[in-house]
Amino acid sequence: MQIRIAIQKNAYHDSVALMSLTGQINGLDGIEEAVVSMGTPMNKELLANVGMLTEEAAACGDNDLILAVKAESEEALEQAFQEIDGLLHAQRGNKKKGGAPVQTWGAAVQALPEANLAIISVPGEYAAREAEKALKQGMHVMIFSDNVTLAEEKRVKELAAGKGLLVMGPDCGTAIINGVGLCFANEVRRGSVGLVAASGTGLQEVTVQLHRLGLGVSQAIGTGGRDLHEEIGGIMMLEGIRALQADEKTEVIVLISKPPHPSVQERMLRELEGSAKPAVVCFLDGDAEALREAGFTAATTLLDTAQLAAGHLKAEPAGGTGAGERFRKLLDEADRQRSRLAAGQTDVRGLFCGGTLTAEALSILRGEGLAVRSNVAKKPEEKLQDVSVSTGHTLLDLGDDEFTRGRPHPMIEPGLRNERIVQEGRDPAAAVLYLDFELGYGSHADPAGVSIEAIREARRAAEAEGRYLPVVAYVCGTELDKQDKASQTRLLEEAGVLVAESNKEAALLAARLAGRSIKEEA
Amino acid sequence: MGYSLFQEELNIINIGTSIFKDDLDVQRASSVQFSWKPPAGGSPALLQALDRVAEWEQIEAANRLAVQRIREAHPYLVDMGTALTSIPGMEPDLILHAGPPIAWKDMCGPMQGAIIGALLFEEKARNEAEARELAASGAVRFAPCNEYAAVGPMAGIISPSMPVHIIENREHGNKAYCTVNEGLGKVLRFGAFSGEVISRLNWIRDVFAPAIKRGLAESGGIDLKAITAQALHMGDECHNRNKAATSLFYKEISGHLLAAGLDGEGLRDTLAFIRNNDHYFLNLSMPACKAALDAGHGVEYSTIVTTMARNGVEFGIRVSGMQKDEWFTFAANKVQGLLFPGYTVDDAAPDLGDSAITETMGIGGFAMGGAPAIVQFVGGTVEDAVGYSAQMYEICAAENPQFTIPNLDFRGSALGIDIRKVLETGILPVINTGMAHQEAGVGQIGAGIVHPPQQCFEQALLAYASRYDGKE
Repeated sequence: MQIRIAIQKNAYHDSVALMSLTGQINGLDGIEEAVVSMGTPMNKELLANVGMLTEEAAACGDNDLILAVKAESEEALEQAFQEIDGLLHAQRGNKKKGGAPVQTWGAAVQALPEANLAIISVPGEYAAREAEKALKQGMHVMIFSDNVTLAEEKRVKELAAGKGLLVMGPDCGTAIINGVGLCFANEVRRGSVGLVAASGTGLQEVTVQLHRLGLGVSQAIGTGGRDLHEEIGGIMMLEGIRALQADEKTEVIVLISKPPHPSVQERMLRELEGSAKPAVVCFLDGDAEALREAGFTAATTLLDTAQLAAGHLKAEPAGGTGAGERFRKLLDEADRQRSRLAAGQTDVRGLFCGGTLTAEALSILRGEGLAVRSNVAKKPEEKLQDVSVSTGHTLLDLGDDEFTRGRPHPMIEPGLRNERIVQEGRDPAAAVLYLDFELGYGSHADPAGVSIEAIREARRAAEAEGRYLPVVAYVCGTELDKQDKASQTRLLEEAGVLVAESNKEAALLAARLAGRSIKEEA
Repeated sequence: MGYSLFQEELNIINIGTSIFKDDLDVQRASSVQFSWKPPAGGSPALLQALDRVAEWEQIEAANRLAVQRIREAHPYLVDMGTALTSIPGMEPDLILHAGPPIAWKDMCGPMQGAIIGALLFEEKARNEAEARELAASGAVRFAPCNEYAAVGPMAGIISPSMPVHIIENREHGNKAYCTVNEGLGKVLRFGAFSGEVISRLNWIRDVFAPAIKRGLAESGGIDLKAITAQALHMGDECHNRNKAATSLFYKEISGHLLAAGLDGEGLRDTLAFIRNNDHYFLNLSMPACKAALDAGHGVEYSTIVTTMARNGVEFGIRVSGMQKDEWFTFAANKVQGLLFPGYTVDDAAPDLGDSAITETMGIGGFAMGGAPAIVQFVGGTVEDAVGYSAQMYEICAAENPQFTIPNLDFRGSALGIDIRKVLETGILPVINTGMAHQEAGVGQIGAGIVHPPQQCFEQALLAYASRYDGKE
């Protein structure tokens, strides 16, 4: 085993780019472990964990680049370092596309004097600072970064609200403003549904389903996951609702969130009561019944949310009854596959890239009577203790912090899920493998492609032990997305995967494969 | 609440990962990539200090005043004099040197060599050994030129009997002092102290300086600001290239020397000495900058840098709003650039000399974009040079309309380095400079570009923040 550590002083690269690069190096033959990262305390801890924190590396600061590679041979090391060198330079070259990159705020504003939106994806401890600079220059802000403190979030949002500016985030992954998809967003029709969401993949799923129903989106505003916490008080969801109320193109308003703090929920509902525009509220895993009794249009799933919005617009669902028929055929196929399961195959095993899709699946499967465990569950009895091993019905969000420390988000690198896919295939209790694939801006160029071999291997592993392993997948995207939804779907179907048209459908198919009769219609 | 955003076209600044920018390009959305790096090198203490001082309203007005004083300063070369009698505070046993304070034992080779030369010139020692002994004995005191209203290139040695140019800032009345540039080759400022060096110094004292003094008396003062402004339009940046400025000065002084009645061998040698030294004007450009910057020093609350200087070991800066002789120092960097044949990077002494006073004034490296002839010498392209000059606006408080750069559409050069902006952007001032051999007396071995260590600015900001904290 050969180890080489190299340091480049004062050579800052952004972490997303470095994590992608690390992923590519780890994929090379003969590489045991590669870490290419800035010398932050967290990254140094990661290096220490893999036994590659030399004294020199320990002395590095946030601006110093550490290249650490453990390989089988000197040749593999050499190849890895050459590859790293090439990739680091390629990244610099790429940035030249569409105007030279700038290094300072002054130069940025000079290059784009009419700038009205700043997207911020710097490390969390710096994000609020940069956001304040943008706000003070009159720009709206989208903060993709996480690890921003609640106090900072509140400060930044109050500053923005006072100026009539939006702060989407922190930890906001998705928005569509004026038809432009920001960070992780799908390409959807423009139209008359305006959305405000405290959830990234939730917003993606509803916009995708609206598109599938033949509708379009006026604006999709993200608020970040903590906006409806008591400490923040829903500042930006309130601002978002007001902005959509004032927006001429918006005819229906949609709210998406996990259940807000009661005092915050009260404030949101009061704002909606005064609204001239109809609204659909989706507080996933919340008390929809209570909302309905209070006179609101409330949805329990993301698909229902889109359908209820369509109802307000009196739109004919595209595909009409054909959609129901297509789903019945999928259910029939699920039944056929279920009949091939061995005796011990009982469990749903969901491996997700999308956080809100995990939460929605949990809610739906629970509704179908399954006792599910998940790393993102809020109820203590549903909390998965050891994320490295699935037990019973298990839904894993691989985009959660414990999996993304020092690694890219699985929507950027879905290949990170592959090892786990194979692991589930070997588990005799697995009755169905449940996967999501996100398309759209920001996401991997070929998520199905990088996963397909792992899916095949999982099924072969099951087969080798005399089991048949059904796989259910949902491809969250539209035919307009750059990854080409049709070919992604075909690739999965050719491998024998049951491909659903919504996350709800996929969840119901998984429940059926686990032996539930299915109360709900998709 | 008017969300005009929905009626506007999106114009996006993408700060951080370029993946998002790539997909904005796919959508043909108007956007700029901001390749961000942690401000202040990611140090929490510095960030906190930056954020704290960001709220102090006095700073902007203070910086405007400091820059205004620097810009309005009008330096003239008015006289030649002897260091001991001309420079206030100069003493018989005092030797001034370049850069921040340093003890004899810590000095680099060229500086020690130059001091040996100065002690031989002063006839306080008869040979190198005696000179070294005297220098180490404590009987001779050393201090930075910059603390005595003076500046010196490379080793920057000024001893009591040396003749100095006397520059007067006629706007504010302060003066600045600098020795006579000896030319290239074996010269004191690179640490040479052989016989030819000492006899040249003697000649400057006995023949050259008196001649120039007579010419200057005739002139009524030579306007250095005007010469600098013109030279910047003629391909000089008045630090590493002084060809045009020296020619302009030659044109002026020659007439005055004739008018003063000089003739014969003295006149011929005096004129030839200036004519044969393309760097003559460096020793006028530097004190002219010094006179202007000293006028801008001492403005309460100002974060403008008024000195950048190196002693071959440490780089030091001074800041307007801090004490007069308060230095912020850190180990000097090595110059990156072109070496003369036969030398390697290992031969070079670290960054040396007071000449970065020109960059502090917004010329030199800051005006490199207007000096294409120097660009190859410092190992870059014209585009690089224009880029360097353009980048300096990011760290400066103002522009100087009196020093304009043709290649930047006659934009005024960046003036008034603000320590806050340096740390916020991570952009360090760019300095054009010569490289000295680390051994005394070998001389110049190349030229290139160097930056001050960021730590100087970090220390300055922390000291500034604690000086004014609670006062605002």
